[in-house]
Amino acid sequence: MNVHFHSYDAVIVGAGGAGLRAAIEVAGSVRTAVLTKLYPTRSHTGAAQGGMCAALANVEEDYWEWHAFDTVKGSDYLGDQPAIDIMCREAIDAVIDLEHMGMAFSRTPQGRIDQRRFGGHTRNHGEAPVRRSCYAADRTGHMILQTLYQQCVAKEVNFFNEFQVFDVLFEGEGKDRRTAGVVAYELETGDLHVFTSKGVLFATGGYGKMFRVSSNAHTLTGDGPGLLFKRGIPMQDLEFYQFHPTGIYGFGILLSEAARGEGGILRNGLGERFMERVAPTVKDLAPRDMVSRAIHAEIKEGRGAGPSKDYIYLDLTHLPPEQIDAKLPDITDFARTYLGIEPKKDPIPIQPTAHYAMGGIPTNVHGEVVIDGEGTIVPGLYAAGECACVSVHGANRLGTNSLLDIVVFGRRGGRAMADYVTSVDHPTIGRGAEEPVKARIEELKAGSGTEKVAEIRSTLQEAMTRDASVVRTEESLLDSLATIEDLKKRYTQIKIDDKSDVFNYDLTEALELGHLLDLAHGLVVGALARKESRGAHWRDDFPTRDDKNWMKHTLAHLEDDGSIRLDYKPVIGGKYEPMERKY
Amino acid sequence: MTVTEDKTPSTSPAKAELVRVHMRIKRYDPATDTRPRWQEFEVEMSPGDRVLDALHIVKWSQDGTLTFRRSCAHGVCGSDAMVINGENRLACVNLIRDLGTELVIEPIRGLSVIKDLVVDMEPFFAQYKSVLPFLIAKDDPGYKERLQSPEDRERYDDTTKCILCACCTTSCPVYWANSEYVGPAAIVNAHRFIFDSRDDAGQDRLDILNQKSGVWRCRTSFNCTEACPRGIKVTQAIEEVKRAILYDRV
Repeated sequence: MNVHFHSYDAVIVGAGGAGLRAAIEVAGSVRTAVLTKLYPTRSHTGAAQGGMCAALANVEEDYWEWHAFDTVKGSDYLGDQPAIDIMCREAIDAVIDLEHMGMAFSRTPQGRIDQRRFGGHTRNHGEAPVRRSCYAADRTGHMILQTLYQQCVAKEVNFFNEFQVFDVLFEGEGKDRRTAGVVAYELETGDLHVFTSKGVLFATGGYGKMFRVSSNAHTLTGDGPGLLFKRGIPMQDLEFYQFHPTGIYGFGILLSEAARGEGGILRNGLGERFMERVAPTVKDLAPRDMVSRAIHAEIKEGRGAGPSKDYIYLDLTHLPPEQIDAKLPDITDFARTYLGIEPKKDPIPIQPTAHYAMGGIPTNVHGEVVIDGEGTIVPGLYAAGECACVSVHGANRLGTNSLLDIVVFGRRGGRAMADYVTSVDHPTIGRGAEEPVKARIEELKAGSGTEKVAEIRSTLQEAMTRDASVVRTEESLLDSLATIEDLKKRYTQIKIDDKSDVFNYDLTEALELGHLLDLAHGLVVGALARKESRGAHWRDDFPTRDDKNWMKHTLAHLEDDGSIRLDYKPVIGGKYEPMERKY
Repeated sequence: MTVTEDKTPSTSPAKAELVRVHMRIKRYDPATDTRPRWQEFEVEMSPGDRVLDALHIVKWSQDGTLTFRRSCAHGVCGSDAMVINGENRLACVNLIRDLGTELVIEPIRGLSVIKDLVVDMEPFFAQYKSVLPFLIAKDDPGYKERLQSPEDRERYDDTTKCILCACCTTSCPVYWANSEYVGPAAIVNAHRFIFDSRDDAGQDRLDILNQKSGVWRCRTSFNCTEACPRGIKVTQAIEEVKRAILYDRV
């Protein structure tokens, strides 16, 4: 196995929205390498549809403070308010910045950036839905990803495409530990590349492929969080995982909340608009956790649609056809392609789908990775986007706030890393830094195991979707924990078919599965311990929020013996006191 | 809405009758093969499954060495372009029920094959980069958004949809014969900025595309338009660029 060495001041791992936005900030002033296991334009930011909220007030009165209030309330008071204030305030600048980069926003008749309604976003602290989401039809994420990539092309950012990172390097021990680089595997050759670097920013996205029904790409396997978890970095709030209410039935493919923002209605098998009962003020535009739970209840109580009564309808049939064509072209095409349904005439069968990790690598508002409740950082280590947990989303993210998160905190992380790397000297790494990765790859190729990666993965996905999704109980979580513990044992005995060096996805899928297992383990252990219901974490056996005991962030540690240890850190409050969450 | 008729989607487990799908896949392992070879596989699929699902069944349960790129699995990332039954398609937006149970799958043409269905994308992205595919605006808009009327926004809407999957470029007979040709995808991405009212570098892009490897290589075969999984009117975009060069008018 050939090993190559590179030296940079900054390395960015992942080239979706957060990684590219960070790259734009860093490149030019600092010697930077951007590593991605895909091509940048294949990143899953491109699948985001509905928009990016910012209180531009282009179409109606709005203030960033209202946006912040909605985000805090949406987070079920687990979000850190100073970070939420920053995100909602900087949102306005972030949208204008994207427009200046060439982003093709949809426009008002006056030529300004158009805005539309979205779940949980309200005027004046919950009075009524507000038009806050800046969008480009139902392909906002695609436009953001393209725009950021275009700017990276203009700035001649140095990409290493199809380089998959499997390890992070540190220099020193304990308090003197600082970041020293990464080890990457080049897909085309099977060679290893050691990148020494003063700063490393992880922006690897989510890990939704631990669930069977998922809106996530096959490649969303939690590589950044997974490898850091193994290197002793705790993961925050893993038990808070968002299920989007409207995934295409049977596929899990996302149908944007923008469909409801444009006037779409959810109906049960009897044709009833059940969200009127659950959220009388905002109805179908309630936050995602509440809508997914309401769908779950309709189905459980026998009011689902279809022969097995196991789905719900998203009804767009009353919308003007020209509005559907102009505002929702892609998602209506998805319904035609995958279900053979014409959404202008017939309602679309949907079910909740695993969508977004609120938890992840703990960071502060500068993107610096924070490893405890005292705010201790590892110098040079940064994270941004879905893989990170600032925490701006708390227990439940509001729609559109993920695209906002990636541009705001991608920029902040990039800026902080650029400052840091110009103030320190280059790290040194010992000989053989690549050895652990090399040994693991050689072991897998030589492997005498009997277990199939795909079988372990599908067993994990089944268990997580069945036992650890929209509604959880102690019993269901113990079932999933037992499954995961068994799968982690079987994982030590895996074998792969492909022993070759060139584009060995058989090998990389095997390594990715390790990340999914560890993160699922952390998720389930955190969920078992949290004896309350908050945001996306709903326990049927503890169906109320318990601020006295549980208004705190979980930190999960992966121990050397493979077990999970939990501790906690306080939520950072602000001007909004916790109150009952009604919409 | 009135619920009178039960519109059961074909993916419903209640209707999932499996069909036997026969796949003939062109394979190439650079370590052992001197030339590509064909290999056949049989899989049981639901008619509502994607071709990508069938490829996964093969990879995950029959032959882990079968190699192809994929990511989003619903037609927005552009990773899994391949030739399926003779036409360039994304494996994730074509269902078994639409293509039938006999599938012949090959790598896209015109780019060199690295392994199985994986081709070298570097020349494709190099051509994309050659047309200045980014906004170049001379004005300083200050701390405000630039204004753009809905009509001006609509002017370049079609070409913003491109996902750089290479289905168009690798379906073009001119590109097969001459890899110097910049190709439809690069022209689409130039069009996206040439016709953007905020951009000031349209003439620079037209000069690039007026060169001998530019738009004049196009022989209007319409293969690109037929191949585009995003429904972009690629040939029309190329014609609009040609006209802009000829009549010096954007």
